[in-house]
Amino acid sequence: MTAAIDTRALAKRIRIHTLRMTSGGGSSHIGSVFSMADIVAVLYGGVLRVRPDDPAWPGRDRFVLSKGHAGAGVYAALAERSFFPIEKLDTHHRDGSDLSGHVSHLGIPGVELSTGSLGHGLSIAAGMALAARLDGAAHRVFALLSDGECDEGSTWEAALFAAHHGLDNLAAIVDYNKIQSLDWVEKTIRLEPFADKWRAFGFAVAEVDGHDHAALAELLGRAPLPGGKPTCVIAHTVKGKGVSFMENAVLWHYRTARGEEFAAALRELEEGP
Amino acid sequence: MRNAFVRSLMRLAAIDPRIVLVTGDLGFGVLTPFKERFPRQYVNAGVAEQNMTGLATGLAREGKIVFTYSIANFPTLRCLEQIRNDACYHRADVKVVAIGGGFSYGALGISHHATEDLSIMRALPEITCVAPGDLWETEEATAAIARAPGTCYLRLDKSAAPPTHAEGERFALGRARIVREGDAATIVASGGILAEVLAAAEALAGDGLYCRVISMHTLKPFDAAAIAAAARETGGIITVEENTVDGGLGGAVAEACLDAGVAPGFFRRIGLRTGFSCVVGSQPYLRERYGLDAPAIRAALLAALRGLTGVKKPGGISR
Repeated sequence: MTAAIDTRALAKRIRIHTLRMTSGGGSSHIGSVFSMADIVAVLYGGVLRVRPDDPAWPGRDRFVLSKGHAGAGVYAALAERSFFPIEKLDTHHRDGSDLSGHVSHLGIPGVELSTGSLGHGLSIAAGMALAARLDGAAHRVFALLSDGECDEGSTWEAALFAAHHGLDNLAAIVDYNKIQSLDWVEKTIRLEPFADKWRAFGFAVAEVDGHDHAALAELLGRAPLPGGKPTCVIAHTVKGKGVSFMENAVLWHYRTARGEEFAAALRELEEGP
Repeated sequence: MRNAFVRSLMRLAAIDPRIVLVTGDLGFGVLTPFKERFPRQYVNAGVAEQNMTGLATGLAREGKIVFTYSIANFPTLRCLEQIRNDACYHRADVKVVAIGGGFSYGALGISHHATEDLSIMRALPEITCVAPGDLWETEEATAAIARAPGTCYLRLDKSAAPPTHAEGERFALGRARIVREGDAATIVASGGILAEVLAAAEALAGDGLYCRVISMHTLKPFDAAAIAAAARETGGIITVEENTVDGGLGGAVAEACLDAGVAPGFFRRIGLRTGFSCVVGSQPYLRERYGLDAPAIRAALLAALRGLTGVKKPGGISR
């Protein structure tokens, strides 16, 4: 990386792109992107060692978006980091596009892995981390999970495996926005005591405000934490963060902003921090 | 077959450190030699097939050639979506190995009857689907899928046909093997049930009916040309699989004939038609019970020929 990237500005652009992409393409999950936008901005703004001009560089840090429904946010981050032209974002979720609603690697430089069905990402990330260890490679593996996908048994199969094998080159980040598709997590399938669960499974656990860029940069910069365990970063976030009427609202898991709602959301984002 | 598989895999692992074997906590005793000789190329993922398959994809994305190993439906149906989305979509070098094809574990009950896997796995995109018929095919197929790019499925059976290969013969994925010549009819088999087909063909030769026998070890990609030729050159086609008749080998053969615009003189599918088995038993017992054994195959072929010609079949039929 040459110059330091302003991650707050990057997060703002991710949100604006996402608003345009989901509105133009008529897709969902804007709330899920907004909750993780700061995490993704901090990752792609400097934490991840990646080379936009050499996306398959073997020494890159691996980033798996396990919550693939928030793919628009990763596409936006990659475009902002010049992995592909920003204009391509306009095709998102449209006929004939390869920018699918759920993140796909095919033909998209910089996307490590395709997901979309929940509960797949952590297993694959664990395989990547195991391979790195077998090969003596120094890169790190990050997997960003939703809270909802912690309902999936396969997430916990992967957690058991990663801890048993002491994959301390692996960091799971949970975007804990506390709302899943139909309702609040607490009213659907309770995850609390969430941090204790990860600790009990054998992870080193850190909790962070998922919208505090300085805290995120500090923590993710040194993640995975040392000590022979895989790391779980529980990032406390607000679903729909950045647009007042989308924040903490179950509705905006699926709703698409159009017309007056689109204009109002864009105004808030543009005028916001 | 599983011993032939492990033998072959050990030869591969010795010369290629990219080979990794991931077991779903099965293979007691059988995998021990591999584990002891290649500890860095062996992982026990525990009883967690979804994670096993995702993990294998992650390893494969980093350059490994990964064999996942378990019994019956566990490495396939339990984690079918991981095979589809993770392995196949990423064209990952994940080689799914199921031992206990068909009724291999017949006495253990329906959880252990792998009787739809051929149909289900061949429906997946971007996969090579293999069911060897004898030990030579098993060893050759193991080496071939390790070399073949992308995701593969290898269905192994407790039983195996006697050796069918010629000295110096070369095995190729997607190329059917004619293991016995004849033109009265063609019997096509996938998997260890080839043993019953060869026994039936031998008995039919005693009846004066010489049948072509095809080992269709690869269900995907499918050797449609071999089937079209059989339809043209022999009296009719019977397919035999230890699998549901819905969408498996018989389905593939029917598709190949219609796609090619070739109608065989007659066409019969031998396989499972009754849903779940209502009883348990040894593989030979269940094959006999469900009409998959050599006498049943012979009888089906004689009946088909009789239906075709209206002439009383030569020799006696016991059933």
